[in-house]
Amino acid sequence: MTEPAVRVEDLAKVFEVPEREAGLRAATRGLVRRKTREVRAVDGISFQIAPGEIVGFLGPNGAGKTTTLKMLSGLLYVTDGEARVLGHVPSKRERDFLRRISLVMGNRNQLQWDLPALDSFELNRSIYRIPREDFLAMRDELIELLEVGDLVRKPVRQLSLGERMKVEIVGALLHRPQVLFLDEPTIGLDVTMQKRIREFVAEYRRRHGATVMLTSHYMADVEALCERVIVIHHGRILFDGDLAGLANTVAAWKTIAVVVGNGAGDLSAYGDVIHRDGDLVTLRVAKGETARVTARLLAEQDVLDLNVEDPPIEDVIELVFAREAVE
Amino acid sequence: MSTLPAVSPPRQEGRLRSLGDFYVTTMRTQIQAQFQYRAATYMYLLGMVAEPVIYLVVWSTIADQSGGTVGGLTAGQFAAYYIVWTLVRTMNIVFTPYGWEWRIREGELSGQLLRPLHPIHYDIAGFAGEKIPWLLYYLPIAVVLTLVFDPTFDVRPVEIVVFAVAIWGAYLIRTFNQSALGLVTFWTTRVGALFSLYIVLELLLAGRLVPLTLLPGWAQALSWLLPFRWTFYFPIETLVGDLSNAELVVGLGMQVLWTVVGIGIFSLVWRRAIRRYTAVGN
Repeated sequence: MTEPAVRVEDLAKVFEVPEREAGLRAATRGLVRRKTREVRAVDGISFQIAPGEIVGFLGPNGAGKTTTLKMLSGLLYVTDGEARVLGHVPSKRERDFLRRISLVMGNRNQLQWDLPALDSFELNRSIYRIPREDFLAMRDELIELLEVGDLVRKPVRQLSLGERMKVEIVGALLHRPQVLFLDEPTIGLDVTMQKRIREFVAEYRRRHGATVMLTSHYMADVEALCERVIVIHHGRILFDGDLAGLANTVAAWKTIAVVVGNGAGDLSAYGDVIHRDGDLVTLRVAKGETARVTARLLAEQDVLDLNVEDPPIEDVIELVFAREAVE
Repeated sequence: MSTLPAVSPPRQEGRLRSLGDFYVTTMRTQIQAQFQYRAATYMYLLGMVAEPVIYLVVWSTIADQSGGTVGGLTAGQFAAYYIVWTLVRTMNIVFTPYGWEWRIREGELSGQLLRPLHPIHYDIAGFAGEKIPWLLYYLPIAVVLTLVFDPTFDVRPVEIVVFAVAIWGAYLIRTFNQSALGLVTFWTTRVGALFSLYIVLELLLAGRLVPLTLLPGWAQALSWLLPFRWTFYFPIETLVGDLSNAELVVGLGMQVLWTVVGIGIFSLVWRRAIRRYTAVGN
């Protein structure tokens, strides 16, 4: 049986956070007695990721996504439980481990600010001990894939956010990591740039068989790239499975978008009207009722167009969090 | 997943060879960065010259008014001391505890921890690279100071060789001392007060404020037991003083000793400190 690329068992991370009220009195009191509280950022999560798999790690701000990625990449020591990546304990930060992974964080600059990115790439070559011919081949491949040939010669400080993100990614992948942790790689980028980065990640994984773990607030990233998602909230896993399965498990409904020729009247008899835009009406119907309602609409209305869809992933995720809050 | 190509670990160069390669590449990168901001660097260097020039003017005046010498040093010897002082000071600039504080507080350390090389290597190589343009900028300053203050030099070839080694020894001792201090940030978040104390001790016991021969006997004896003397006074004395070959060897030996002690303390603190890293800021 193949060893998982990432194996996590009962992983937990607790931060001790100093805490005090506002004001001079509280500050003075803090001189004598410090108050701290424990924050369980990650609370006993378990999962495995197979080599070559690409997994979306979803959750609202403060859910524990980035903390998990930082533990898996060796930046943070774990409080409890166990993590193994490519057979290594990440917090030991063994050279052989660090040479085989990469953590890319959106909005985080790791290149030399004042110099062209090519100089930083050269530095990475020496840090990762990449033989020159391998380095040149990989560098040129990445530059071509991300179409940054004319950007890598400019000082990094003169690049736009999107351009910088692309050259950052080149720098982070020069050593051909086998496991890639991407933390909000498309944050702040326009839609065209987001799409370009998504296509690149898919292509990199296809070419090099890399395992990818991705966090993003853009559902388009997740839908385009991830067959499997792990949903985390308050440090606990709420769902782990394929994206379609998430919708099936959580949302027991589908949407029917229907355009009616004779002017859409009241269609509430068919289902919950959740949106109306001229002749286009969007209905929410129970999953088991979808076929029957569709047939009724076609028989009883002057239907010009009709689409049956799973609910948008944003809605599904929202539903997961809402359900957890109630439970 | 079965359609994906089989992954083989990337090839890698030998460790020692690539460490050398890393140092050369980093130094080259830093030289380029320094040349990028040559005007700002020059202004910085000129600002740094102010400190020894003040000392020089004060002590030369006192020497002149005291019949030509103070504590056995002539005005020309004071001039030589502070001109070499400027070079030593330029060459022993290191990544300070404030740098560590910023790096830890802002989460900048994360990027370095993700790489398969200890962050201290970046600091050593980076600051070593910066010294090459600084040395070039220093030369015209030294010429001007020499013309104005007329220093007295009596240097043997062996002293020049020892000086060339000793300024790097001084650099390493200060690097490890100040980096170990910087790691205190992992516990205290701010390290400024501790660093100020360090600087006071260095000013007094390194020969940074005045040549150590002007200090009381007990202070001179104390300076022998602490690392500061070997980061300023010893390298300066190799060119300015009248050290015997045996004293030169002892000085270099003390530098090796304090470098090893510095590495030991830094490594010990690092192992405990890194467990506390919270990678905030990113």
